[in-house]
Amino acid sequence: MGRSAAEKKRWLDDPRHVTWIYRGVWILCGLSVLADRSYDKHGHYPFEEWLGFHGWYGFLCCVLLALTAGLLRRLVRRDEDYYD
Amino acid sequence: MTDLLPPAAIMIVGALLLPLIPSRARPWAALALPVASAAHLLALPMGHAMQLSLFGYDLQPVRVDGLSLVFGTIFHIAAILAGIYALHVRSATQHVAGMIYAGAAIGAVFAGDLLTLFVYWELTAISSVFLIWARGTERANRAGMRYLIVQIGSGVALLAGSILHLSDSGSLAFGSMSPSSPGTWLIFLAFGIKCAFPLLHNWLQDAYPEATVTGTVFLSAFTTKLAIYAMARGFPGTEILIPLGVVMAAFPIFYAAIEDDLRRVLAYSLNNQLGFMLIGVGIGTPLALNGTAAHAFCHILYKSLLFMSMGAVLHRTGTIKGSQLGGLYKSMPWTTLFCIVGSLSIAGFPLFSGFISKSMIVTATTEAQLLLPFLALLFATAGAFHHIDIKVPFFAFFAKDAGIRCKEAPWNMLLAMAIAAFLCVAVALPPGTNMLYAMLPHAPVDYAAYTPTHVWTQLQILLFSALAFSVLLRSGIYPLPLRSTNLDTDWLYRRLAPSIVRRALARGASVQSELGAAGARRLEALRAGVHRRYGPEGVFARTWATGSAVLWVVLLLAVILALYYF
Repeated sequence: MGRSAAEKKRWLDDPRHVTWIYRGVWILCGLSVLADRSYDKHGHYPFEEWLGFHGWYGFLCCVLLALTAGLLRRLVRRDEDYYD
Repeated sequence: MTDLLPPAAIMIVGALLLPLIPSRARPWAALALPVASAAHLLALPMGHAMQLSLFGYDLQPVRVDGLSLVFGTIFHIAAILAGIYALHVRSATQHVAGMIYAGAAIGAVFAGDLLTLFVYWELTAISSVFLIWARGTERANRAGMRYLIVQIGSGVALLAGSILHLSDSGSLAFGSMSPSSPGTWLIFLAFGIKCAFPLLHNWLQDAYPEATVTGTVFLSAFTTKLAIYAMARGFPGTEILIPLGVVMAAFPIFYAAIEDDLRRVLAYSLNNQLGFMLIGVGIGTPLALNGTAAHAFCHILYKSLLFMSMGAVLHRTGTIKGSQLGGLYKSMPWTTLFCIVGSLSIAGFPLFSGFISKSMIVTATTEAQLLLPFLALLFATAGAFHHIDIKVPFFAFFAKDAGIRCKEAPWNMLLAMAIAAFLCVAVALPPGTNMLYAMLPHAPVDYAAYTPTHVWTQLQILLFSALAFSVLLRSGIYPLPLRSTNLDTDWLYRRLAPSIVRRALARGASVQSELGAAGARRLEALRAGVHRRYGPEGVFARTWATGSAVLWVVLLLAVILALYYF
């Protein structure tokens, strides 16, 4: 394992590759929505059978969570040694 | 002969003998204990029970049935994994405490009566606190003390509840109850404290991240899952558990999202997983209870794995703060891989352990027509994947390279992680080909996990959750780990209550000093008065003439006579 400045460059060190992964996630998401049409979807509730329901519901939940967590942080964040 | 030996005996008695063993051999001897105990458990037949009569009460120190066997089995596996993970540790305290703790938890799940349960319940509390104190820092000492107070409090509630329950029902048997009398409510509360109910949860996030590297691995497996077992045994189908479970599944994610200490993120995630299990207990159908038992089993495996990987990071780098880590995949590739397996398992990715057990509980909510809990569980699945399962490996091993270069984890840590990772994949096999699903309490398990709908919807929700992570991260909206302490309910007893007590004491002291000053003034006045009357110049010091004295006495007698007369 190299520990010097001459450490070999990893595949992930190249920002272009990170962008590839980012685009890959978009493509996989698109495919998973398209897959909804390829099988007989059995939802317990009617809304579960909407196209890509689990996808966009999950996405919205995550975004809302991140935004709310940001607000929560303003409220509860203190110094690292607050209790010391 | 083996029938006479309770399942906990080998581990607890063996652990007490560990200090006698030379320190080089001690970790191996500690590891031998759960192995021997597991062999003993395998020899016990299903339905085995031990009866005992004490002071006229019928006790059942051992009861082997489907539910206790699932938890007893996974507790043994967890103890073996933790034993391997701790092979490099020389401290006798940690080995003794860890094995007594695991043994007590095993004893508790095989306890057939409330008194035996109470004894093991308290033993888990007392032994486990040493895993926190063994860290040796002032911070850990104080966190350990807070942890102990809460855990003992749970035990006291259990004892008081059991006594009240005994006087109500005349029996100490530990079976299905409903929270309807003060006794059963107290027992419910005792279980609830260890289940980390909302607002009673913070002992978990407070204490677990302060324990030693190996201690947290032990802690993550036993206490809370023992409580889930107790809840499933004592209060299946208790509806109030459903809303409580929903809050627990959703709320901790908000805190996990802004937490910097990655082991604390995992503690919040543990809380979120307990919420899933409590919902299963609250629904109480065979599918839900099987789902809960299976989920507890899978959860112990992947949660141990995640805590092991973060423990390895802490062991090698000396920090576990997300804000200070990053790029460790270059130094610790195996740990990275195992951590990712743990993350995929907890997220419930198809072919990883959480997939089947979590979807059993989610399916149970839909079958019970519980729309809000269903949506909440989807929210929790997406949110936890985003804010915990991706966050932990991402900020430790990837993200921005923090420049830390260290050695890979020690061989024994890697071995424990490898076994745990293997098991995470093994128990994801479809029910029918999978040992775990053959041993669930409500047989036969007729659950088709790998249907196209299950697989695709689960993949979709997780992929979009990953997409949200990437989009938010690239757009700068994602709440990055920052050095901080986040106030949670522990603020109430770490800041608010002490400040109230301090103020009350200060007020008391000032009142006392005021009282003291006033008292001194009065005492001086009294002394002066006495001196004036009885002193050498005082009125009582004068010599009185005999005649006037007699006159006074006669007068006094006359008054008394008059009083008697009337």
